[in-house]
Amino acid sequence: MARDSLTVSSRAVARMMGRRPSWTNWLVSAITIALGLVWAVPIAWATIVSLRPPGDSLGRGDIWFSSRITAESYERATALAPFFPSWNALSAEQFAARVGVSQGALAVLGAVALLAMAALIAAATRRWGFSGRTTAFLLGAVAAIAALVGLNTYGSFTTSYYSNTIQFVVLTIVVQMVTVTLAGFAFAHFNFVGRRLLFTLILLQMMIPTAVLLVPNFVTVREFSTEMLLIPRAIYYHKFSLYDTPLAMAMPYFGSAMGTFLMRQAFLGVPRDLVDAGVVDGCRWYHLLRHVYLPPSWPSLIAWGLVSTSFHWNELLWPLVITSDRARPLTMGLLRFTQLTDIGAQWSLVMAATMIIVLPLLVAFLIFQRQFISSFLHSGLK
Amino acid sequence: MATNTLDTLRTTWTRRVRPRLKPLPYLLLLPTLYFVFLFTILPTFKVLRDSQIYYHPNRPDRALDTNLQLPGIEPMPRSIRGPHAVGFSYFRAMFDFNSEIGRQFRQVMVNTLIYVAATVPSSMLLAFVFATLVNRKVRGIGLARVAFFYPTMLPMVSAATIWLFFFTPGYGLFNSTLRFFGYSGPENWIINPSLGLWALVIVAIWKNAGYFMIFYLAGLQNLPDDVYEAASLDGANWWVKMFRITLPLLKRTTLFVSVIAIIGAFQTIDHALVMTYELVTGEADLLLYEIYQQRFVLQNYGLANALTVVMIVILLGLTLVNFLISERDEDGP
Repeated sequence: MARDSLTVSSRAVARMMGRRPSWTNWLVSAITIALGLVWAVPIAWATIVSLRPPGDSLGRGDIWFSSRITAESYERATALAPFFPSWNALSAEQFAARVGVSQGALAVLGAVALLAMAALIAAATRRWGFSGRTTAFLLGAVAAIAALVGLNTYGSFTTSYYSNTIQFVVLTIVVQMVTVTLAGFAFAHFNFVGRRLLFTLILLQMMIPTAVLLVPNFVTVREFSTEMLLIPRAIYYHKFSLYDTPLAMAMPYFGSAMGTFLMRQAFLGVPRDLVDAGVVDGCRWYHLLRHVYLPPSWPSLIAWGLVSTSFHWNELLWPLVITSDRARPLTMGLLRFTQLTDIGAQWSLVMAATMIIVLPLLVAFLIFQRQFISSFLHSGLK
Repeated sequence: MATNTLDTLRTTWTRRVRPRLKPLPYLLLLPTLYFVFLFTILPTFKVLRDSQIYYHPNRPDRALDTNLQLPGIEPMPRSIRGPHAVGFSYFRAMFDFNSEIGRQFRQVMVNTLIYVAATVPSSMLLAFVFATLVNRKVRGIGLARVAFFYPTMLPMVSAATIWLFFFTPGYGLFNSTLRFFGYSGPENWIINPSLGLWALVIVAIWKNAGYFMIFYLAGLQNLPDDVYEAASLDGANWWVKMFRITLPLLKRTTLFVSVIAIIGAFQTIDHALVMTYELVTGEADLLLYEIYQQRFVLQNYGLANALTVVMIVILLGLTLVNFLISERDEDGP
């Protein structure tokens, strides 16, 4: 029986392909393989060359494997440029100078406060109906923050391309998730005056990408002050120095037309009857969002998060303009690395640096390829 | 009569407008609106204003007999640094091809046009070919999809750095391959004025074809089977099906992909920063690269703003064209 249906389906497939004879299938497969290989050559070459020893120069006919495979190029690249953060413990004197006795008591108080916060989260999440996984996630976040604060108290991290990129990306994604969800919810759920106009206004961002407006946006971020937070100059004025910080890199992306559009689409797919039932049961707007709109829309939000993460991880032009030294992200690190004079044509070093930047996303993609491809597909605004 | 109009107005207000004027939705929209306003809408107007101001902060601030070399602006004793209000003379200079700015502008626009016209159709064609190749149920086809799609995940900087090697004269892989096929032209593509742009085109095609492929793949998988079965019964061969059924049915996908491809081509210059950075002057300039160069390297604020205005006009024009085409499609049969 099973065998029967199998033959039928393969016959259907054959019919769909126009009953091509098998040699055509072989030809198509051969073309696919050949093109796939051509497309894979760059990453294969980069991987292989990054495993050559640093000083090994390439030449005619000698551009693939060297006599030995080694990670020396990676070591040398990380020594030459601050790709990874390193942590240095403070000496006793430095520590005394920074912390002192009174601050020691403060640290104990802080630890108690963190514990209390964790307990509060554990208790409150149950009341709000979050799942155990969410509780664990929030507790983990508190623990991570506590660990970071602790490590920053007893020592200091050096600034590095990785920590800058991660700060930039995490900041962008976290804020975007909130703004995009709220805006999508507003457009999908409420009927208010000027809805179409405001929606068009936000969609304008898709037509004029932020990258194009780098000249005026540079000035906006550099001159960012309380005035731009709509606080009149007469009441209070303070100019923030955002230049060369992760916040400056992230700010233009806090509002996202594409994300708003995607979340609105996802929320519009929620059956109206379900929403009405919630309203009848006396749900407030945040109950509706949390228990009616969000549960079926998680895939869209996660897809948006994935696409946004890879976009910002790979971004170069805006960070190049708005950072100079301390906040340089990975992409800019690579750009500067290739321009270091003592690197010259040491391709193994350059490729090691390239791989250091590319690996996290590439590995994630290879593991979750299906999710990545479908995320990119859905973010394409069909 | 007057009371009647007033009454209608009042009913409209109480029935239609007031119930839809609750503050909550506006509050929810506030963060997004604020950032979109601050970083998209306001800058658009700011650029329009600043494009009328001459300002060169890296030049000495001395009152000299200064010729700003802009049409309609007479030489007079004033600072060569600025700021001076110059009206729309930057735009007049851009379209006066005898002036320095005009020549540069024409070069940049020709480059950008060539770049867009070369990358967009060819990467779309390749994307379609890839999609038809991987739209089969064969073992290992997932691997082919990964091979075509992975460049999307790489930063453009890394892709360009890898390709920088391939373009190396002498032993670079690209040149070796070309030589194998009998090519004997110039090998140093990066610093060759007439080939630098094509190096950028090749990298962009390699990087984007896989991304556009997934849209065609989704389009192919959504095609109705029964049409193909009917065509097979009528004795249509593969070519007829491809050009009479598949391509017409994928018209919307093609339109959509062309829009994201064109907008993407205008806003990506990361590879230019890596490959032609400070090597090629002017010959391989793209519009956004020129904006960056004028503002952040040469410190010519006014021209950078004027070029940004040109860019915005182009992008809005493209959006309008796209809108008109899709409207016409919906009205048609």
